[in-house]
Amino acid sequence: MKTNLSMNRRQRTLWTIVLGFLLLMAILFSKTWVNTGNILTNLETRNVAPSFEHLFGTDWLGRDMFTRTMLGLSLSIKVGLLGAFGSTAIALILGMAAATMGKVADQFISWLIDLFLSVPHLVALILISFTLGGGYKGVIVGIMATHWPSLARVVRAEVMQVRSAEYVKVSRRLGKSNGWIAAHHIFPHLLPQVLIGFMLLFPHAILHEAAITFLGLGLSPHEPAIGIILSESMKYLSSGLWWLAFFPGLSLLIVVRVFDKIGGSLRLLIDPTKAHL
Amino acid sequence: MMKIGRFLLFKMIRIITLVVAICFISFLLVKNSPIDPIQAYIGADMLKVSPEQRGQIAAYWGLNEPVMTQFLNWGRAVIQGDLGTSMIYRRPVIDVIGERFVNSIVLMIAAWLFSGVFGFILGVVAAMKRNTWVDRFIQWYCYTLASTPTFWVGLLMLMIFAVSLGWFPVGLGVPIGVLTEDVTILDKIRHLVLPAVTLSIVGVANVALHTREKLIDVLSSDYVLFARARGERGLTLFWRHGLRNVALPAITLQFAAFSELFGGAVLAEQVFSYPGLGQATVEAGLRGDVPLLLGLVIFSTVFVFVGNLLADMIYEFVDPRTREGRI
Repeated sequence: MKTNLSMNRRQRTLWTIVLGFLLLMAILFSKTWVNTGNILTNLETRNVAPSFEHLFGTDWLGRDMFTRTMLGLSLSIKVGLLGAFGSTAIALILGMAAATMGKVADQFISWLIDLFLSVPHLVALILISFTLGGGYKGVIVGIMATHWPSLARVVRAEVMQVRSAEYVKVSRRLGKSNGWIAAHHIFPHLLPQVLIGFMLLFPHAILHEAAITFLGLGLSPHEPAIGIILSESMKYLSSGLWWLAFFPGLSLLIVVRVFDKIGGSLRLLIDPTKAHL
Repeated sequence: MMKIGRFLLFKMIRIITLVVAICFISFLLVKNSPIDPIQAYIGADMLKVSPEQRGQIAAYWGLNEPVMTQFLNWGRAVIQGDLGTSMIYRRPVIDVIGERFVNSIVLMIAAWLFSGVFGFILGVVAAMKRNTWVDRFIQWYCYTLASTPTFWVGLLMLMIFAVSLGWFPVGLGVPIGVLTEDVTILDKIRHLVLPAVTLSIVGVANVALHTREKLIDVLSSDYVLFARARGERGLTLFWRHGLRNVALPAITLQFAAFSELFGGAVLAEQVFSYPGLGQATVEAGLRGDVPLLLGLVIFSTVFVFVGNLLADMIYEFVDPRTREGRI
């Protein structure tokens, strides 16, 4: 037998999660370590190409793009977290309701899921954002209201499965109340699923936040959001300032990818059917 | 034939209830928006309009009536095909949508076909070369694409192919300064390439990953094992036993992805200033054009339903296994 000193798959997965988490935390709290003085207008260092001093270059007002990108990502992560959190809560409540409150409720909720899946996400976001007059409220409510359906389906299926499991039936026979069963049997079983669902929902939330802000219907132009940075950069593309769009977009891509990776890794670790693959 | 009829009838009823609900919800949403429809209609001339005239306009549009009555009036008009007049374009909404739809559908069909074919091929290659570097590379590529913002890909395309290399125009649907009748098909295609490629690149991931999974399932089946034992390998094996089993799920998936296609088109059209439905949606939202926005919401919903219906029908009737299982 070959002795293997390198990490096994489980350890590797765990390290992926830890490192990814640290990176995201660093970006989330970037306000504490970046030099916020760099984003003030400084006309002496306008349109500087990327260098060691300005990693991502500077824009037409001499603002450091690295600092702007970090602050923008931090804002995007916050908005995305709120949106994903709300969406998960809705999915949890509706999924549980569909599985436990009888046939009529089930049919109504599955009709509701179809309803929300039938409008393209982005169009629904534009509509909701328009109704609420844009800004934080429009974006966050929009994300909450549009991202729950697929997770709600998962939750519903899970609850259905647990409800008909042997040990739950035994528990019921022993005279435990519905509430007790929900708290002690269904909820613990559901928690990992919901956690993973939350992590996998987040990439969509943050991408849609950036998209709607990019279109001009999201956060206001004064915010340092990543969508704003990218839509501003469009005006300067034809003058060859490629770094204005390239690095912020790439950073967004990396953040989304890291979240996706953490979600996938968590699933590998927690989900018993996949843990030993 | 009876079965198809019943299936369609059931689907139609469901679709109609959903469309009515969508209409109602979106109507309520825009009614409650902070944008004053009269102000949005009049625009900069607001100071010239007296309160009495305002009242007259409100009465003329029925804005003083209860929301339910307004909805019924609007709904009656919509059923007759009258979606109102767009405030930005000062033309009937139905005409604006029709004209934009022609532009968008070309873009979306091009992207849909290309991403479908390309994604399918990638998925097949990955599955046939499972656990090699080719497979790992394709998987990495697909997962990365799935987390890439569509509009950023569009910006990159613009920077590389339009600004640096100058192969394609920077934006719009037709060349600037050319009369409508002088625009050639070639011009239109040149303006179409970059948005279509952007949409396709992003759309590949889903189909590729799904096809890979499916084909791996097929390849581990007994009949493939038997075929291998007889000496079939590579392309012949795939052609005889793989293709038919994985093509159908891939096509179904492509039809069911109409919603994402539309969302992607909104972003791609905005980046390239391509005059399609997506750009009209953004304009309507930004400038408070309520009739156009409502029309577009309804239209995009119907568009998604058509895709889903086609996907369901393929699933239900084309696949010989489900077809025979139910007779």
